[in-house]
Amino acid sequence: MKKEVIINLTDVSKAFDGELVLDHINLQIHDKEFVTLLGPSGCGKTTTLRIIGGFESPDTGDVEFNGKSVKNVPPHQRPVNTVFQKYALFPHLNVFENVAFGLRLKKLPEEEIRAKVKEMLALVNLKGFERRRTSTLSGGQQQRVAIARALVNQPEVLLLDEPLGALDLKLRKDMQNELKKIQQTTGITFIYVTHDQEEALSMSDTVVVMANGQIQQIGSPTDIYNEPENAFVADFIGESNIVDGFMLADYKVRFSGHTFECVDKGFDKNQPVDVVVRPEDVDVVPVEKGMLEGTVTSVTFKGVHYEIIVDIGGFKWMIQTTDFVAEGEHIGIYIEPDAIHIMNKSEFSDMFGDYSSFSDELDLLSDPTEPGDEEDDAE
Amino acid sequence: MKGKSVFQRMAAMPHIVWMIMFIVAPMLFVLYFAFTDTEGNFSFANITSLSEYSNVFILSIAFALIATVVCLVIGYPLAYFMAKSSPRMQKILMVLIMLPMWCNLLIRTYALMALLDNGGLINSFLESIGADKWHIVGSDFGVILGMVYDFLPYMVLPIFTVMSKLDKRYIEAAADLGCSSLQTMTKVIMPLSVSGVISGITMVFVPSISTFYISQKLGAGKIDLIGDTIERLFQNTSTYNIGAAISLIMMILIIVSVAIMNRFSDDDGGIII
Repeated sequence: MKKEVIINLTDVSKAFDGELVLDHINLQIHDKEFVTLLGPSGCGKTTTLRIIGGFESPDTGDVEFNGKSVKNVPPHQRPVNTVFQKYALFPHLNVFENVAFGLRLKKLPEEEIRAKVKEMLALVNLKGFERRRTSTLSGGQQQRVAIARALVNQPEVLLLDEPLGALDLKLRKDMQNELKKIQQTTGITFIYVTHDQEEALSMSDTVVVMANGQIQQIGSPTDIYNEPENAFVADFIGESNIVDGFMLADYKVRFSGHTFECVDKGFDKNQPVDVVVRPEDVDVVPVEKGMLEGTVTSVTFKGVHYEIIVDIGGFKWMIQTTDFVAEGEHIGIYIEPDAIHIMNKSEFSDMFGDYSSFSDELDLLSDPTEPGDEEDDAE
Repeated sequence: MKGKSVFQRMAAMPHIVWMIMFIVAPMLFVLYFAFTDTEGNFSFANITSLSEYSNVFILSIAFALIATVVCLVIGYPLAYFMAKSSPRMQKILMVLIMLPMWCNLLIRTYALMALLDNGGLINSFLESIGADKWHIVGSDFGVILGMVYDFLPYMVLPIFTVMSKLDKRYIEAAADLGCSSLQTMTKVIMPLSVSGVISGITMVFVPSISTFYISQKLGAGKIDLIGDTIERLFQNTSTYNIGAAISLIMMILIIVSVAIMNRFSDDDGGIII
C-alpha cells in the first residue's frame, strides 16, 4: 500500500544555544498514517514536531507540505493543528468557545459552527459540556477538548505533543484506544510524540525511533520490535539481551562461547556484530540440554511470568519464564534460530543490553514521571 | 479560622493596633466632622453645600480619566513589549521604569517643573533658537502630563506581571488555530491580561483623582482639583467641616469605582487592589 507523501523533511538541523538538538534528519510522513516519534527526553522529537507545526524554524534543511516548501509559512497558515502537551485551553473561554475558536476565525456562519462543534464534542464523548468552564474539567476531559479544538478545523495533519503524559495509567489506556479510533474515523494524518514505547507500539502505523537528534529507525511496530536496527532501538523498545558476537558465515553466529544457528545473512566473514535475544524467546532447560549454562542471580514474580537474571559467563541475561526456578540454581538455556537477531555494530554498542546494572538503567531510560523534554527547557 | 495558636493571633496585633489608630480613627473623624457644624452640632449643611463644588468634582474626574486612558495607551504596549523581551532586556526596562519611583513624588514633580517651566530647560532651548515659549506649566496639558509622568509605572507593572506569567502555549495555540498576530492580541492576550489592566487602571485613577500637589505645581495655581480644594478647606477652621464632607464623598467615589472595576476582573482575584 503506497500512500502519498504529505510532509517531507530534508536535512533538517536545529541547535538551541549552540547545542545540536536535531542532527540533519530526513523524514517522510505519508497521508492518513498514524506516525509516532519515539525517543527519550532530549532526543529531538518535540523539536521535530514544533518544526512541522511552524513554532520553530530549522537552522538547515527544508520542510515541505504536499511538495511545497513551508519554511516561511507561519503556523496559522499551515494545514496542521496541534494538541499541546498541557492542553493550552483558553481559560477565558468555555468548552464550546474553545472548540469554536478556529471556526470563528474562519468566519463560518453561526449555524455551521454550532453544528460542527456539537458533532466534534460528540466524537470525543463530551456531549453536554458546552457551557462548562475549562478549569472545572478533569485532565482527561481537558485533553478531549484540546483534541476537539484541533480536529474541528479539519487539518490535513494533527500534531500531538505527548498528549497523554499528564493522565493516569488507566485513563491513558482508554485515551490511546480512543485516539486510534478517532484517527481511523477521520482519516487525518496523526503525528504523535511520546517517550512511552508501549504507547507507540500499540497505536502507530509507523514508529520513528529517535536518539541524540538522529533518527535511529523508521518502521512498523512489529518491524522495530523484531528487527531493531541497532542496540539503542533494541534496548529502548522492550527488553533485550544484547551480546557481542561475530558471524562465522551466513546463518551462523558465535557468541558466549557457542555457535548458534540464526536466520540472518549478508555479513562479512568474522564480522563483529551485536546479537539481540528477547527475554521471552529464551527457553529454560536442564543444564545437559542447554546451549549455554549459567546461574540464576535474581527472580522476580511478574504475574504472567517470572523475570529471572542469569549470569552466563559474567554477562547477565534477562529471561522471562513461566516455570519457577530458584535463585542460585544452575540452569541451561536454549535459543531457537529465529529468536536471534543480528545487528551491525553502532555507536550504541556496549551501552545497553547487560542486566547487571538493571534497575539503574531502567530508571534512566523509561521513567514516565520525568519532567517535560529538555527541548522544552531549552526554549 | 480554627486552630490558630496564640502566637498566630498575636502576630497581627501590631498591625491591627496601627490600623485602628491611624486609619480607622481618622476615618471616623472625617465622618464626624462631615456631619457636624463648627460648633460640633449635628448638621447636613456641609453635605448640602457640596453642590457648589460639583464643577471641581467633574474637572477632577475628567483629569483623572484622561490621565488613566493615556497611561493605559502608553503602558499596555510597553508592558507587552517588556513581556516579549529577553530576560536581560526585561531587567533593563524594569530598572528604567522603577528608577523614577526611587525618587520622592514631590521631587519628581519639581524636577518636571524645572524642565517645563517658563524659565525651564525646554523653554530656554526654544528661546535660544528663537522660537515661541511653550507654556506647559499652568495648562491642563501640564497637569495631565504630570499625572501620567508620576503614575505610569503603576499602570505598567501590574500589566507586565500578568503578561509575563501568561503561558506562551496560549499564544502558540492561538497561532495554531489560525490567529494572525493581531488576532492573537485581541482574542487571547487582551482577554487574558484584563486583570492586570484593571489593577493598573485602579492604581492610576485613584491617586490621580485625589492629587493636589501635581495640580498645584504644574497647574501653577490656575487649576483647582478636589485635592487642592480639600487642602485649602482644611487649612481654615471655619471650613474644616466642609472639607471633611468633600473627603467623605471622594472616599465613597473611590470605593464605588474600585468596586465597579473589580466586577470586570476575573473571579480568581488576581488583582492587587
